Amino acid sequence: MLELNNLKYTVEDNGTEKNIIDGLSLSIPDAKFVVITGPNGGGKSSLAKVIMGIYPLTEGSITFDGEDITNLGITDRAKKGISFAFQQPVHFKGIKVLDLLRIAKGEKLSVAEACEYLSKVGLCARDYINREVNSSLSGGELKRIEIATVLARGTKFAIFDEPEAGIDLWSFQNLIKVFENIRSSINGTILIISHQERILEIADEIVIIEDGKVKKQGAKEEILPEILGTPYAGSACNKLVQEGK
Amino acid sequence: MEQIDQIQRQLIEEVADLHTMPEGAYNIRANGKSAARNTTANIDIVTKTDKSGIDIKIKDGTKNESVHIPVVLSESGIKETVYNDFFVGEDCDVTIVAGCGIHNCGTQDSQHDGVHRFFVGKNSKLRYVEKHYGEGDGDGKRILNPVTEVYQEAGSYVDMEMVQIKGVDSTVRTTKAELKEGATLIVHERLMTHGSQTATSVYEVQLNGENSSTDVISRSVAKDDSEQIFEASIVGNTMCSGHAECDAIIMDKAHVVAIPKLDAKNVDAALIHEAAIGKIAGDQLIKLMSLGLTEEEAEEQIINGFLK
Repeated sequence: MLELNNLKYTVEDNGTEKNIIDGLSLSIPDAKFVVITGPNGGGKSSLAKVIMGIYPLTEGSITFDGEDITNLGITDRAKKGISFAFQQPVHFKGIKVLDLLRIAKGEKLSVAEACEYLSKVGLCARDYINREVNSSLSGGELKRIEIATVLARGTKFAIFDEPEAGIDLWSFQNLIKVFENIRSSINGTILIISHQERILEIADEIVIIEDGKVKKQGAKEEILPEILGTPYAGSACNKLVQEGK
Repeated sequence: MEQIDQIQRQLIEEVADLHTMPEGAYNIRANGKSAARNTTANIDIVTKTDKSGIDIKIKDGTKNESVHIPVVLSESGIKETVYNDFFVGEDCDVTIVAGCGIHNCGTQDSQHDGVHRFFVGKNSKLRYVEKHYGEGDGDGKRILNPVTEVYQEAGSYVDMEMVQIKGVDSTVRTTKAELKEGATLIVHERLMTHGSQTATSVYEVQLNGENSSTDVISRSVAKDDSEQIFEASIVGNTMCSGHAECDAIIMDKAHVVAIPKLDAKNVDAALIHEAAIGKIAGDQLIKLMSLGLTEEEAEEQIINGFLK
């Protein structure tokens, strides 16, 4: 279980301090598919980076499986079993997809095993295994490779920061299938930052974050009907409008 | 390799990936002397009579053969200039593996300046690999100043891989090429300097023949107080295409200079240069750290990949 206790993340903005995360407390149980949603600028992606240790916490504490990890860096949190898929996948010159998957796995990984991870995210493995992780790959391809690295990590707590951002509709449809597959074979906790109804629909729990605080948390069946039609369920709104509801 | 001691064997492994005697033609030079040589029906190696060095003569139509000419210096204080000429006939497809390894445990400088000239015949394909490597804990410097001249006939294709990853204190690499119609020259340089090492690479490619082309790509990493200068000049004298790229990672207190120069003397000369110097991107480090690597391990992976 991940427990966030009274978290505060403050940045300086034009000479004044701004609380991006402002006294946020949240418990995320094991083996759940949790989606965090909320308006833009509400602190969702910052929270994901605070959990991974990418952003420094100003106040508060984080406990993971009963252990205080507040003062651990990125590497140590990764070794404890937290992984992170970036909203904007990183490019590397000279590092190939196979290299990245091997680094992610942290142990020997055969080409066949690496291909399996790529197949799970809908990529024809042999076409990609020896390609460099650079801008010659499309946004959708990079996203899926990013997700494959998290699958290869096989951690008990995986964070995906807006996996749908920057990809086209076609890639998005495939991405949903990927998450549905992950959902059906869940071994650990999945935490996704997302605005997309299709992703919200496969959640066990939904957390709404606004102004750096938890506005609401509950089961999908409870939360999703409430947020349909609100500004932070844009795609859900659009669908309803299209259906004339 | 009877005449070659253990240190020299290690140097040869580093610069030529050779663990035993290679197949095909070879000439191994150790401490200023020829230590081993083999010729084949298609590839002859002849010692020059007017100066130090060899002529490598490859017959027309020679395919899928290789020549290894590693040089090793394991005695401190040796300074030599060696002239090697490669005459590649027409319609060949061959690989030449050169390279120099210096082990210097003494107080005197060790220096090897290899002057290589390539005369590549019509429609021939040549792959050239040159690795430089230095080791030893003496105060004497390890110095390499290679000069490479390439003269390409019509339709020829030359792919050059120049690598210097470790242990060379000072190097000035000068490469000049002249290409006739339809000829192509590809250069991949990979360089890493550390400590107070200095490395200068100067490339000048003259595209003289119609539809000739070149691609000169340098990737380098400069650490500590080291200094690198990369100069790439492409001259387009006719309808041709040329591309030069310098991509450098700078670390610590290093100094990197990139000087691309394009000189188009014909309206149909299409020449491009790109140069980028910068530190390792923070998001690359964070990504690899999020996969469980320490910052140092992440840095090493990024550099290894970059120089691969």
